[in-house]
Amino acid sequence: MTLLINLAGLLLMMGIVWWFWLSNSTGKSQAVSDQDTTIVVADGVYKPATLHARAGETLTLHFDRRDPSPCAEQVVFHGLDVSEFLETGSITTVTLNNPPAGEYRFTCQMQMYQGRLIVSPATAPRMKEET
Amino acid sequence: MQTQRFAIQGASCQGCVRKIHQSLGALPGVDDVQVDLDTQLVTVTGNADSAAVQAALSRAGYASDTPPQEAPSSPASRDHEQQLAITGATCAACVRTIENALRHTPGVTRAQMNFADRTARVSGTADTQSLIDAVERAGYGASPVDDNDEDGAREQQEQQHYRQLLRHMWLGLGLGVPLMAWGLLGGDMMVRPGQTSQWAWLGIGLMTLAVLATAGRHFFVGAWKAFRNHNANMDTLIALGTGAAWVYSMAVVLIPTALPEAARHVYFEASAMIIGLINLGQALEVRARGKTSAAVKRLLDLGAKTARVVRDGPNQEKREEDIPVEQVQTDDILRVRPGEKIAVDGIVEEGESRLDESMLTGEPMPVRKAIGDTVSAGTLNEGGTLLYRATAVGKDTALSRIVALVKKAQGSKPPIGRLADHVSAVFVPAIMLIAVVAALAWFNLGPEPRITHMLISATTVLIIACPCALGLATPMSVMVGVGKAAEHGILIREGDALQTSSKLDTIVLDKTGTITEGKPALTEILCAEGQQEDTLLQLAASLESGSEHPLARAIVGAAEQREISPDRADNFQALNGKGVSATLNGKHYRLGNRRWLESEGITVSLNSDSLTERGATPLFLAEDNTLLGILGVADRIKEDSREAIARLKDQGLTVVMMTGDIQASADAIAKQVGVDQVMAEVLPEDKAKKVKSLQEEGRIVAMVGDGINDAPALAQADVGFAIGTGTDVAIESAAITLMGGSLHGVADAMAISAATVRNIKQNLFGAFIYNSLGVPVAAGALYPLTGSLLSPVIAGAAMSLSSVTVVSNANRLRLFNPQRGKS
Repeated sequence: MTLLINLAGLLLMMGIVWWFWLSNSTGKSQAVSDQDTTIVVADGVYKPATLHARAGETLTLHFDRRDPSPCAEQVVFHGLDVSEFLETGSITTVTLNNPPAGEYRFTCQMQMYQGRLIVSPATAPRMKEET
Repeated sequence: MQTQRFAIQGASCQGCVRKIHQSLGALPGVDDVQVDLDTQLVTVTGNADSAAVQAALSRAGYASDTPPQEAPSSPASRDHEQQLAITGATCAACVRTIENALRHTPGVTRAQMNFADRTARVSGTADTQSLIDAVERAGYGASPVDDNDEDGAREQQEQQHYRQLLRHMWLGLGLGVPLMAWGLLGGDMMVRPGQTSQWAWLGIGLMTLAVLATAGRHFFVGAWKAFRNHNANMDTLIALGTGAAWVYSMAVVLIPTALPEAARHVYFEASAMIIGLINLGQALEVRARGKTSAAVKRLLDLGAKTARVVRDGPNQEKREEDIPVEQVQTDDILRVRPGEKIAVDGIVEEGESRLDESMLTGEPMPVRKAIGDTVSAGTLNEGGTLLYRATAVGKDTALSRIVALVKKAQGSKPPIGRLADHVSAVFVPAIMLIAVVAALAWFNLGPEPRITHMLISATTVLIIACPCALGLATPMSVMVGVGKAAEHGILIREGDALQTSSKLDTIVLDKTGTITEGKPALTEILCAEGQQEDTLLQLAASLESGSEHPLARAIVGAAEQREISPDRADNFQALNGKGVSATLNGKHYRLGNRRWLESEGITVSLNSDSLTERGATPLFLAEDNTLLGILGVADRIKEDSREAIARLKDQGLTVVMMTGDIQASADAIAKQVGVDQVMAEVLPEDKAKKVKSLQEEGRIVAMVGDGINDAPALAQADVGFAIGTGTDVAIESAAITLMGGSLHGVADAMAISAATVRNIKQNLFGAFIYNSLGVPVAAGALYPLTGSLLSPVIAGAAMSLSSVTVVSNANRLRLFNPQRGKS
């Protein structure tokens, strides 16, 4: 019994490390076209939480905030000096002007909502939308 | 062909997707239907009628309360979007008629009406009036929805959310408090197999489940969605903590014999109490947060709601009407009466008045406005009536730009907050690991009942950890600090400037326009015996009226101010580096420097030292060969420069004055205002180099300049302050822009920065200390001393209060008065 519980504990810890830190998100990711990317802000997550774009493009992102809790009220793009207050129940457009290639986190103020924007070099092939 | 998007609810499986496809596919004009279960959105392509789609969704049982949204599916979505309130629409057919009327208006790319709240959203370049006309022609009424309505709706939503949180709190505490009281008053919290109490506990367990499923639902839903996204957040911790306590207690109730006797304790009260307390904490936070954005709200409230526009009537007569400010267009002529606000930015075309611009510049004195002067939206007309031509409307007004800038800055983060960012990013999984380690440690090393201790320690660790306090520490203070600064006419562009400003040790002030007014003016007239000041001024103005030299303008300006009209002079001659001469009433007059007049054989009997000592340039006036007097012209020092510089010195700064003037004049000014160091005879292009040389001495340097001429020096400095007089400033040119012209703004900005950074430090310290003490205590670090573990309920109370404390501490900044040092 002791062994079993210890083993379960260790497996649980390994599981936590693997799931939250090591494994790649298998959640829905979306390629940002220049027209239509809507990110739903609800229930503690951005949907989609991973965005792909190419450098040299102006990205227009539409945040649809459905969570009235203050957690969701702002989206901050770390490293891009862009942030925007989101109105509950409506779509707020955030424009990113030519973000350089790289990976940027976008989060709420408290970082409970988390998303990633992956900007690949302009020469890289455009990512196909995956689900 | 268009794309429309509709929010749905309750669709959870492929069966639902099929049903929605069938319902919508049958509608005329629908080419394609896509259902996204994750985002609960239906995207409809084609020319389908939105009301019909909504009705179909409603029939199928998936309609959401959320209004349908236009899919931002074309570049046109970046066009201007307007919202109209529609009256007279009574049925779905009306919706179609109105939408068609709007769509056929030139310039409209998309129009969609929301029947539920009787509003229409219209995208495109069409102006509001033509949209209103189109709706009216269709037989309905329309009016623009102003921000106030939106604010009202937002407030209502916030209120609704607040009330919901309170309801959830009562649910949680309603069950949790009696249960806890029962336990504290000696009631049996143990499950005795086979006794009636076992059934009673089962009932209580199910009631707790009901509380978790209602009041705690959002935590579990949030946790699950985050988990699927490989994220973990605060919801995860709460859901795991309360869930673990419930599952364990339920296991005790259902299979008590599987556990040692001492471990047959139930913790339903902990689950219910925690849910109640955390909802209470969130409700308090919603309230406290409302105040943090009060500054922006106050700025938004400054805007006028209506404007009185003057237009040509049918018979070319002038007609005035009040219209919503959203309908004002550039080049409209507007009238503002005493006591009214200026509606949009503009230029005065007629009239004279005094405007209170304090809301934008922080300067308390009203500013005189006459023909040709600029006026800014949101400022208050105190005196006469003005007619002005609109030059910037809507988002282009200075007020709107300020609001946008403040909002943006409120979201930025100074470097001090970055550590918390890094910690926040890994915080929740790390706490989960600590909880497992604590549980295993108690299981392997702890005393009996080990299983109970395992559960309590893990649950308490999960519940006490507060990522919110950590995450909120910096942004809340920045939000309040930047807002506070804006109230004082100080626009802080980025969080970095806030932090650097609090560390400055040297401040370089550009002389012209910063310490001084930037406009030479007549300061003094010394008369020879028997001469009158006004006579001398009239003669000097007559001589100078043909000259464009700044000194000449100063003299002519002074004459105008004293209502002295110059006479016509003949034979005007301007001698470079010497002065001017002309003939007036048959006499020859000269106005110029001492050396020139002396070289012309004129005896200079008056002493001009008193003028030069005060930094003024003396101009000698002679009639034929007789000296009449000396006029002192100087770039006047701003009234409050000396006091503001004293404040800066009190804040521990070395104050340096930089100027292109010769050393003697610079020293004279420096002495008057009390700066520590003077850099004279600096060429404009060398200003940045001088700042750099100070930095190379290891100093942290701020540069204060007018934002245009000093741009390279402002950029070179660790913090650049652009100082503007009035609102016509390049607000994008420096890290900090002072809307007013007073140097007190610099001292205020630094005081606010220091207070904000102090507040951030308090918050961060509190949040780090709370978590780094709370988590070990929750894990049982005090057990050897106290002999007991921390109750998960106390952990819940501490956690819910921690983020409220952070927000409340940030709110304290609202009471900060940066002008305490100003007399």
